[in-house]
Amino acid sequence: MLLFSMIFVIVLMVSEAMADHRRSDSLQIYHNDTLSGTVTMAGSTSMEPIANALAEGFMNRYPHMTVTVEFTGSSAGIEGVLSGSVDIGNASRRVSSEEKAAGAVEHVVAIDGIVIVTDVQNPVRELSKAQLCGIYQGRIRNWCEVGGNDTAIVVVGREAGSGTRETFENYLEREGMCVYANELNSAGAVMARVSSTPGAIGYVSLDVLNDTVSVLALDGIMPTKEAIQTGGYGLSRPYVMVTKGGIEKQSEAVRAFFLYLQSEEGKGLLEKIGVIL
Amino acid sequence: MRVNEKAVNGKIIGRDWNVQNPWKAVRVKGPVANPAQAVEKAAEVIFCLCAFTAVAAVCAMTLYMIANGVPAVLQTGLKEILFSKTWNPTAKEPSFGIFYVILTSIVGTFLAVLIGVPIGLLTAVFLAEAAPGWLAAVVRPSVELLAGIPSVIYGVLGMMVLNPLMYRLEQKLFAGSKTHQFTGGANLLSAVLVLAVMILPTVINISEAALRAVPSALKASSLALGASPVQTIFMVTIPAAKSGILTAVVLGVGRAVGEAMAISMVSGNVVHLPLPFQSVRFLTTAIVSEMGYAQGMHRQVLFTIGLVLFVFIMIINGILSRIVKGENQG
Repeated sequence: MLLFSMIFVIVLMVSEAMADHRRSDSLQIYHNDTLSGTVTMAGSTSMEPIANALAEGFMNRYPHMTVTVEFTGSSAGIEGVLSGSVDIGNASRRVSSEEKAAGAVEHVVAIDGIVIVTDVQNPVRELSKAQLCGIYQGRIRNWCEVGGNDTAIVVVGREAGSGTRETFENYLEREGMCVYANELNSAGAVMARVSSTPGAIGYVSLDVLNDTVSVLALDGIMPTKEAIQTGGYGLSRPYVMVTKGGIEKQSEAVRAFFLYLQSEEGKGLLEKIGVIL
Repeated sequence: MRVNEKAVNGKIIGRDWNVQNPWKAVRVKGPVANPAQAVEKAAEVIFCLCAFTAVAAVCAMTLYMIANGVPAVLQTGLKEILFSKTWNPTAKEPSFGIFYVILTSIVGTFLAVLIGVPIGLLTAVFLAEAAPGWLAAVVRPSVELLAGIPSVIYGVLGMMVLNPLMYRLEQKLFAGSKTHQFTGGANLLSAVLVLAVMILPTVINISEAALRAVPSALKASSLALGASPVQTIFMVTIPAAKSGILTAVVLGVGRAVGEAMAISMVSGNVVHLPLPFQSVRFLTTAIVSEMGYAQGMHRQVLFTIGLVLFVFIMIINGILSRIVKGENQG
């Protein structure tokens, strides 16, 4: 018994020391302003503002570091990480079980709300989930059926495979059943189409929103920061950064990047560009 | 030693330059005796390497397309992909039918050629036969400029100018319709109009060259026999330039089939039967619009679409080389 407890205490001390070592190691990395190296990222186009802001902030903090970002799409980003062509893959969706099996490890960096938008002339301010289903399945074809003017509805959405579309159809519980009039392959294209087409409806992520379109409340709840954070506004998804294997297996540069991401400075940066943590 | 042989230090190293293949005769055997010879040799190797870059690129692409496009065919079945009408790649039970996509590419290209070729050909006739010098000096640079405008600019203009106009027309035509899905003007017709303008420079430039190559004696004989200039153009000049004009048409088809950027911005990108006021997806835009996020089988089928497009282009090139061959024989 005595022997057993002694072994237990020794194990405890050793592991504590190791943890301590790791902690001081990461502190050392974090405070080392002369750190040099490169971090390569690729992935989601929806995460462009986040990735660019973090890359810039990180390179300001560590002048000898280089961060390159490419916007190739969530799946391409994760594929890049798994094949070793980039260090971090950005994905605007959860990592699939196949990808996890191949070694992808996800780190949620923010939550994104998806907002329903119309052109600014449209007087409709609110839709229920059922009405939205009707519109996106082609049962409701005119705005007058949901309390608006007598204008045809132009149903705009994203292409198959897009994380935004997946989240949206998931929320409606209508995966692969939506009938679109326009399938566009970027959030910017959806914004352009909706803002320039009378009677159009579309969905985009919160952080690309601007005042060229008007935002609809969903079941009476506006997509505010608080409503998304608490889950009251249900149409949201995680933004994840994916590495191959856990963070401890990454290069010093990549570990420094994640430490920066979790620091007050990194979080402040993300808050400033308007994403929800 | 024969008359045209060259000797260095008594050793025969080659013959005089021969016009067909100047290098054939100057093969150096043994140590290179003279720096000029080394330059020749190096140049030969560099030319050869350059020539192989293109060949290597084509071979690599063909192999890559086949290697990536065939697995989906083996797994899903060629018939299922080519002739099934539902494209729903991310559903729980996905279907990968690209029949409507293929049909859209064929119909869209055909209509674009139908509109673009008459305009292009008549422009070429105007430039080659009828235009006064000052007017040709305005038209020709405009055509050249049209050829140089990046396709994304066509797309932006189509999206901002053509689509809203098309939407107004759509609203008038389908007013009160309960079954029509309104597309906001992003439909087959918009894509066809953009494509028709995009193939104009190709058609005009090549047809004009063909018309100019018609021997003036032919035209002179026609005129001398009492035919009017217009009769001469349509009965003599155009038939005489037939193969050149056909080449122009085929190259126009090739341009239209391969265009992606501009039409992806104006066509709405939904897989539908290609009707004028429906939102449609072409072979090229099918790849462009979904490549970013596709994974697994979905991604492989996109490569298969690429392979189908590749086959289309090969057929068009085959037709082109037959035309050119016919011309040489004729």
